[in-house]
Amino acid sequence: MDESALSLELKRDLISLFRQNTGALETNSGRILNLYRERAFHDFDKLGIPSTKNEAYRYTPLEKYFQGNYDVELNANPFKIDVGSVFKCDVPELDTDVVLVLNGFFHSGNKTGQLSGGVIVCGLNEASVRFPDIFHKHYSHYADSEADGLVALNTLFAQDGVFVYIPPNTVMEKPLQIINLSHSLKNLRITRRNLIVAEENAVANIVVCDHTLCNQRYLANSLTEIFAGENARISFDRLQNENNLSTQINHVFIHQLQNSLFNGTSISLHGGLIRNNFYARQDGPNCETNLNGLFLCDDKQHVANYVLVDHASPHGTSNQLFKGILDNDATGSFNGKILVRKDAQKIQAYQKNNNLLLSSAARMNTKPHLEIYADDVKCSHGATVGQLDNEALFYLRSRGIGEKEARFLLMYAFANEIVSRISVPILKERIIELVDKRLRGELSKCNNCDIRCG
Amino acid sequence: MEESQDHILNEVTGGEYKYGFITDIETETIPKGLNEDVVRLISAKKKEPDFMLEFRLKAYRHWLTMKMPQWAHLTIPEIRYQDIIYYAAPRQQVGPKSLEEVDPELLRTFDRLGIPLEEQKMLSGVAVDAVMDSISVKTTFRETLAELGIVFCSMSEAIREYPELVKKYLGTVVPYTDNYFASLNSAVFSDGSFCYIPKGVRCPMELSTYFRINAANTGQFERTLLVAEDDSYVSYLEGCTAPMRDENQLHAAVVEIIALENAEVKYSTVQNWYPGDRNGKGGIYNFVTKRGICKGDNSKISWTQVETGSAITWKYPSCILRGNNTIGEFYSVAVTNNYQQADTGTKMIHIGKNSRSTIISKGISAGHGQNSFRSLVKVVKSADKVRNFTQCDSMLMGDKCGAHTFPYIEVENESAVIEHEATTSRIGEDQIFYCNQRGIDTENAVGLIINGYAREVLNKLPMEFAVEAQKLLAISLEGSVG
Repeated sequence: MDESALSLELKRDLISLFRQNTGALETNSGRILNLYRERAFHDFDKLGIPSTKNEAYRYTPLEKYFQGNYDVELNANPFKIDVGSVFKCDVPELDTDVVLVLNGFFHSGNKTGQLSGGVIVCGLNEASVRFPDIFHKHYSHYADSEADGLVALNTLFAQDGVFVYIPPNTVMEKPLQIINLSHSLKNLRITRRNLIVAEENAVANIVVCDHTLCNQRYLANSLTEIFAGENARISFDRLQNENNLSTQINHVFIHQLQNSLFNGTSISLHGGLIRNNFYARQDGPNCETNLNGLFLCDDKQHVANYVLVDHASPHGTSNQLFKGILDNDATGSFNGKILVRKDAQKIQAYQKNNNLLLSSAARMNTKPHLEIYADDVKCSHGATVGQLDNEALFYLRSRGIGEKEARFLLMYAFANEIVSRISVPILKERIIELVDKRLRGELSKCNNCDIRCG
Repeated sequence: MEESQDHILNEVTGGEYKYGFITDIETETIPKGLNEDVVRLISAKKKEPDFMLEFRLKAYRHWLTMKMPQWAHLTIPEIRYQDIIYYAAPRQQVGPKSLEEVDPELLRTFDRLGIPLEEQKMLSGVAVDAVMDSISVKTTFRETLAELGIVFCSMSEAIREYPELVKKYLGTVVPYTDNYFASLNSAVFSDGSFCYIPKGVRCPMELSTYFRINAANTGQFERTLLVAEDDSYVSYLEGCTAPMRDENQLHAAVVEIIALENAEVKYSTVQNWYPGDRNGKGGIYNFVTKRGICKGDNSKISWTQVETGSAITWKYPSCILRGNNTIGEFYSVAVTNNYQQADTGTKMIHIGKNSRSTIISKGISAGHGQNSFRSLVKVVKSADKVRNFTQCDSMLMGDKCGAHTFPYIEVENESAVIEHEATTSRIGEDQIFYCNQRGIDTENAVGLIINGYAREVLNKLPMEFAVEAQKLLAISLEGSVG
């Protein structure tokens, strides 16, 4: 492993941070969470913070975002939040069951316990004590800390997050909305850890929104493990709208058993550095995985999507569609990989990445990647980088539409391909509005809002 | 089934070719191993001027500081660099006296490839002076070329006779620091070809290494330098379709192309080195650095390659598009069968405005073959209105092989239009059934389908190469499906 002096220094700092706080971390956390720290420690010690020499992070210069002083909270923040009053405009308020996660901790104001149908939603730490069987079976089983130093780092510092359990043969009545908030008067380092278990024949709709409440620097390292049992159907949509000083690293590990379906969509609007890592493994035949992403970025934003779809069983289907619009000095990257293992025959796997560059300083790097060890497969990938079509612009203008509006319309149509794939209808409408505002550059200018997103 | 596969393989690769291509009578070799003295010795034996020795020494010293790269999607057994003999004087061959003495199996392969009789003789090592009139062909060729001012000779000759040209261009596209194998090559290269097309000259014939007898034994570290002056054109052919055996396991060649204003260079390769036996034993490692620079405005470099041989192929013929309105093209067919591995592709570095590039790659994997396509399309900030189109298709035959693609696209300029598409599939049973129905047996059907699949690339080859390459593909893959 190639390591720069900087990444070594960062690693040393983080290790000493862990050593100083091991006691507090372990007392605050359930036994099962502590079980995995030792291995994570070794893995992190070996891997460190990935540098650009790491192939998966080649286009994401993470190190500089890890530099500087960050506080760490080892206990839940007692700050009281009234969702209704804080979010007057931008956060989708939907007809959903809402849970708040503040600075990585399951908020004490959440209604916990069982929802209808025996669905369990509670804090991760609490769940690890209440449901040791489920934890022993799933926790840290899908997130491979050997593969990525940041995964190891998450397991090392994991304390809390959201736990969702959908029992067999259960359909969640309302979508569950998880709102991740960052609020602090100082720069803050946040670790979030979620576990979602959908047993066989379960149906779940989960929406995650990421927001910041103040204009501090946040460094969030989130990890979600999702288990989809036989015939389970999960939709997992994510809206990322944090301030442009924040750094957000997301890992989503999806483990699918046979006949299961996973739909994931991530919409990245604001955020200084957003890194989304999706790892989907199809561990039974006839699985379907759909991963979509849209990122709209400007200023000095960097948005990176990394996707690995691992077809370990035959008769699987997967689709990846990621689209980006980049303006000003924004940089983006897409790194998608389809892996078809030996004997995983009859696979259909598709991958597409389209990008629009709007300014001369914007940059896009893309690497669609196939690794195929079975012969009876249909796989394809495509990637494009380009601009708005001049002829289409001319067409619209010749019909009396102003240039600005015409450009907007074309971008909107470009983005709509992703937004239209969001499975929760009300959420879709809300996101259409947000994307509309974002493309017009109005999202950061809401007067009646406490938050300054931009 | 297995047996017929075996049989065909032997046929194609000359697997257990018992007559042997080469019997050494007198080889002037130096002890194996590599150190500074060996580099000096090579330079001295070749009576090179001082600047060459310096170049070699710098390269060697740099090589010592490097490690063999590990990033390729290849499994490479350890290479013992100290066990290689780095210099062997051109060997005299004693071959069969006439075609009657040549292994009939080999002749049959030649026939099926449609190689002309005279060439067959040459390729099978029949003593050239006894039968060949290609010598006269060669001389006529040389005369015509000389009249036009074209220089086409071996690298050693060029170093002696045109030192100023070599000094000016050698190492300018692939510097000796470029990569591990390029450094090694720069330190110890034995020979290769040098080609210089003067201003405004359109080379009237395809230049082929075939016709240069002294190119036949250039050995394992080949160095080729091709310079096309303003407004010139040349089409250059390397390799041949006939199976080639070589005792040297590691081949680390370097090819440099320089195209000045309005020049056009077309470089075609057919590579069919010994791929090892059915179990993946033996075979050549072909680790080549090929790069061209479109230095002047409106220049064009086009790479076409058909790769069917070698145990391991690792190369990326690339274009640096520095001039404005320059064009880079890459057309490739790569076949891996049995235990062959290939990690090949291209790089297109767009620096000039309005530069355009096209990449068409067709990978075919069969048996236990692992075939990777790796490409980089880079558009730097200053390169306005760049256009690139990339298509890479992979075909899988058999359930133990693999096909992988690693395309990198890096765009720093908003006016660029970059497209990339790739597909992976296999020969459909329905396609074969369709052919069978019409009285075409499975073997021929596979040949037919593969040729259709690779047509876009094969069409780019010069005529005589294209015909042979088509047959070569069909033969290489016989027995893979069915």
